Amino acid sequence: MQAELVLFWIFAVPLVLTALGVLIARSPVYAAMNLVAAFFCLAGIYVLLTAHLIAFMQILVYAGAVMVLFLFVIMLLSLGDEHLQPERRRVMQYVGVGGALGLLSVLVAAISRLPDQAMGPLANPDRFGTVKAVGQVLYTQFLLPFEVTSLLLLVAIVGAVVVAKERI
Amino acid sequence: MVPVTWYLWLAAILFTIGLSGVLLKRNALIVMMSVELMLNAANLTFLAFARQSGNIGGHAIAFFVIAVAAAEAAVGLAIVIAIYRTRGDLNVDEVRALHE
Repeated sequence: MQAELVLFWIFAVPLVLTALGVLIARSPVYAAMNLVAAFFCLAGIYVLLTAHLIAFMQILVYAGAVMVLFLFVIMLLSLGDEHLQPERRRVMQYVGVGGALGLLSVLVAAISRLPDQAMGPLANPDRFGTVKAVGQVLYTQFLLPFEVTSLLLLVAIVGAVVVAKERI
Repeated sequence: MVPVTWYLWLAAILFTIGLSGVLLKRNALIVMMSVELMLNAANLTFLAFARQSGNIGGHAIAFFVIAVAAAEAAVGLAIVIAIYRTRGDLNVDEVRALHE
């Protein structure tokens, strides 16, 4: 019981810090590395929520595939030193951040209305969040969205090749 | 046990950081990374409520969000490469036209 609390903080604090690191980092490579670390911390949080399959997918798909794609693009573009100079800021950007903080205050007001009770134990913990349990739902209740997702990925592959290639 | 509201706080903070990144940063790559952060915040909310209600449907939705995010990253990065090739610049403020 206490261990869960400790683990929550062990994952939550680095998660927020690395997410801020994405914002603060000047070089896109540093931002990408911070994002990988944030994804790993988030996977830990998912395990605390007994979402084992999603935690694995988080590491495989996000920290693995998506971030490798990002790093490949960063290397492919071979950005010079121009990104190390401080960016020109406009007033509207700071107004935008003010709007983001306004959204945070709205969310805080909404969340603080929820009852602050601890989550009860699951009805059958062995059958929650495992590959078997999630797969059963995916192939019965969510079968159509699941199949459409494959179509979406196919379109994304073809679209990425068409857009990025100079001459087909 | 950790209350569900703590996970929601975490998701709210994560989403705000991502939104600030989209609005503050001008590098197209970092803007896309911030979008990924926002998608993850939404995923965290789904999973927290799935855990609280014991409904596995939230996990299925999180699965779809990850798949859509992967597709979005592939197409988005292809567009970034195409823009860099024609303009030699990644500043999202400078990119205003779809043609050259």
